[in-house]
Amino acid sequence: MQVWVRRLLVLCMTWPLAACAGQQSALDPQGLQSEQIRHTLFIFLIVAAIVWTAVVIVLGLGLLRRKRTADQPLDLHQPFEQRSGRVVLALGIATTVVVLGLSFVSYAGQRTVFAKDENALTLKIIGHQWWWEVRYEADSPHQSFVTANEIRIPTGQPVKVELESADVIHSFWVPSLTGKMDLIPGQKNELQFTAKNAGIYRGQCAEFCGIQHAHMAFAVIAMSPDEFGRWRDHENQSANSPTDQLGKQGEALFRARGCALCHNISGTMAGGQLGPDLTHIGSRTTIAAGTLPNTSATLGAWIADPQHIKPGNLMPKMPLQSDEMIAIIHYLEQLK
Amino acid sequence: MSMAAEPNELRDDVLNGLQLSMQLERVWRTPSGLVGALMSVDHKVVGRRYILTAFAFLLLGGILAILMRVQLAGPEKTFLSADKYNQVFTMHGSTMMFLFAVPVMEAFAVYLVPLMVGTRNIAFPRLNAFSYWMFLFGGCFLWISFLFNVGPDVGWFSYVPLSSLQFTPTKRADVWAQMITFTEVAALAVAVEIVVTVFKLRAPGMTLDRIPLFVWAMLVTAFLVMFAMPSIMVASTSLILDRLVNTRFYDSSSGGHPLLWQHLFWFFGHPEVYIIFIPGTGMVSAILATFARRPVIGYPVVILSLIATGFLSFGLWVHHMFVTGLPQLGAALFTASSMLIAVPSGLQIFCWLATLWDGRPVYRTPLLFVIGFIVIFVLGGLSGVMVASVPIDTQVHDTYFVVAHFHYVLIGGAVFPLVGAVYYWLPKIAGRMLSERLGRWNFWLAFIGFNVAFFPMHILGLIGMPRRVYTYTADMDWAHLNLVSSGGALVFAFSFAVLLANVIYSLRKGALASDNPWNASTLEWATSSPPPPQNFDRIPVVKHRDPLWADSESLSVVAGLSAERREVLLTSLAEAEPQIREASPEPSIWPLLTAIATTIFFIGSIFTPWAVLWGTPPMAVTLIGWFWPTGSKEDEE
Repeated sequence: MQVWVRRLLVLCMTWPLAACAGQQSALDPQGLQSEQIRHTLFIFLIVAAIVWTAVVIVLGLGLLRRKRTADQPLDLHQPFEQRSGRVVLALGIATTVVVLGLSFVSYAGQRTVFAKDENALTLKIIGHQWWWEVRYEADSPHQSFVTANEIRIPTGQPVKVELESADVIHSFWVPSLTGKMDLIPGQKNELQFTAKNAGIYRGQCAEFCGIQHAHMAFAVIAMSPDEFGRWRDHENQSANSPTDQLGKQGEALFRARGCALCHNISGTMAGGQLGPDLTHIGSRTTIAAGTLPNTSATLGAWIADPQHIKPGNLMPKMPLQSDEMIAIIHYLEQLK
Repeated sequence: MSMAAEPNELRDDVLNGLQLSMQLERVWRTPSGLVGALMSVDHKVVGRRYILTAFAFLLLGGILAILMRVQLAGPEKTFLSADKYNQVFTMHGSTMMFLFAVPVMEAFAVYLVPLMVGTRNIAFPRLNAFSYWMFLFGGCFLWISFLFNVGPDVGWFSYVPLSSLQFTPTKRADVWAQMITFTEVAALAVAVEIVVTVFKLRAPGMTLDRIPLFVWAMLVTAFLVMFAMPSIMVASTSLILDRLVNTRFYDSSSGGHPLLWQHLFWFFGHPEVYIIFIPGTGMVSAILATFARRPVIGYPVVILSLIATGFLSFGLWVHHMFVTGLPQLGAALFTASSMLIAVPSGLQIFCWLATLWDGRPVYRTPLLFVIGFIVIFVLGGLSGVMVASVPIDTQVHDTYFVVAHFHYVLIGGAVFPLVGAVYYWLPKIAGRMLSERLGRWNFWLAFIGFNVAFFPMHILGLIGMPRRVYTYTADMDWAHLNLVSSGGALVFAFSFAVLLANVIYSLRKGALASDNPWNASTLEWATSSPPPPQNFDRIPVVKHRDPLWADSESLSVVAGLSAERREVLLTSLAEAEPQIREASPEPSIWPLLTAIATTIFFIGSIFTPWAVLWGTPPMAVTLIGWFWPTGSKEDEE
């Protein structure tokens, strides 16, 4: 048997457990909230399975059972009519009880999922067509920094994300950690979640937001509080200055060829605000909002023709000589 | 307007048999020739066109579905570009909802309700013709735009601000919004006709508690249309105004709000689901009674459930907005109200199960589709209970879980009954029986294909696949289930090819249908197959909820209606006591001309606000032509 057939059978027969391997799965919770939601989901699932099975069994029995022989459609058996009326009524009441019960189960789950912690680490996420701006804001401007498409958080600590949009409606969704919440222009939404385990959890925009909605992913990287603190201190710093000649050339080209009009690199003359902040691009795992892994090859392919990889996105194709390209890539890779 | 006999008027009580039939046929028939066909106001002619057109749009929407399933069959396929895919999924949703599901249900109502309540034509037959033309022109407008690459690409829900001028500077969103106007005008017109037909044109003796369940379902649906559709018309008109003349209804920087759109859209959008589903339940009740060989158990329970569903359907639109940041307690209340609609739906299911329990089922194709309906719809209803829960919805909202859910509800709840209805009523409409053999193939292919196509989507949603993505990467673990789903979709599509083949074959070679081939109980089976232009030579008198089962030999009839001009009998609302004889309009070309003028106005106004100025005089002229007194009897009254 082919491998995929076998995997498929396993998946179908043992779902939902089979799907637990996914990196972006509501069935594989890695946070307090997603765990609670899966718990609620399973309660509903069990009730639904019982009801559906009961209906199908009654339907089957009803079709198979031996019938009375009268041939006149209106020749009805009155005691049966009355009895069935009572049964229908009783089942109606039972349905009411079940749905009210489920409403309470749902509300209990909702209260846990949306419980708020005043001391949560707060960050602001702004949706753009088609990438995510992530702002770590602190009381002192020296403690504040901006990054994109990658959200690092400490494990075991509540995190509050404030959600806004710069253009159309997007939706922030990391199924492994919690449910989704929309980013709506003119409105501030917020969402709290706590990662239980360290790991990389993929998220993706869940509200259709235009031509490249499919390529608007991000990663939440949960790390131990110590590691997170170190990362945060590093991220606070301005960009590394290029150490070699090629890098210096790349930095100059970054300005001269127009990249700096849209992209910001802290500590340099590049201060554009339209595209993702690139101050520490060299340390990110992916580029183009989770579309490609971050390597020199993919970075080159992306800069050479962004419209080929993500058609319709707002980054134009810049006319660059190949040696200029090499210099810029070299420079960006140093921005760790 | 009096019951008193007028001198020299030919009444049906002096004619008999064939003589009466021929005289009434002369009076009621659609004029011959192309112009005659365009003038038709016969509800059967219009209904047939409506049904055919809606199925043509089903075919087109289905082709789009297959295109999407090919694109998603594997990761990173380039069969469709991102831009094309977004147009395709928008067109699929818009076509299926606005050009197929709602119109096809209304189409069956237009054809069947006058026959089932025992009258000669629908109320406001010219409005009915106008409605059909508006529907046809609106649908063609959308599809021609699509073929010229101006098809909408912002989703069938067209959320602002994505659909605003800033983010969609092309005409694509205007095309969508104006198509809404066309189809809503058409739907509202039919709703009014159905309500008046059911309230005033019922055969004498058809008291409220003798109205067939299908007619009850269509009556409730008509009321839902009248209360839900204005909301979407306000929404889409405001969108066009925002785009065309810079109003700011949805612009948060000027005091508007994007969520206003969502409230207006879903206040229509949720009842819309029941506008599609409730007629399906009516079809189920009709088919079930006939093939279980007994009346549906709990007639009053079913009717009260329909009405309760209608009311409740207006109280749950917010469950489409659980992740927009609403107050938590408010959202929780909409969880409860959304789940409560399971009670009336459940009661209907229990009544049908009890009916099958006691009945002696005759396993013909229509009943197979009803059984398939129960199995699929109950599953869809239960996944609906899940998405009604706020915490669960935050995970499954806008994922393939929801795609699976509403296809189970809409295809299971409406399309399966609808295909059953085609097998059930086509003999009446066309006078030929469909092939049972092909019917069984049709059912099993549809049942298996549907479940293989849509069940895996539940899992896909839970393992993280969002809706409306044109592609996904190989490392997402979604490829296998998507491939299975695409395979199922092909099988499901093939079942419709079988249906089409069956219809084409049977219309030529099928066995001739008798008046009442299924030995059913309602009045549409009391006339010939297909019915004559006048529907019934004499209007029946109803003494029982199942008239043809109670008086299988001969129905009592009314005498005294005019036989030389179009006349219908009006009866009282509750008791259906005869009240007056009322003229029914003659064929007219004006509804078509009015529809053409309206079309020019609607399409012009997405390009320039001046169209409102130069577009209205032609409409006024055609309307004056429509209502111009011609000195006929009908105008004198």
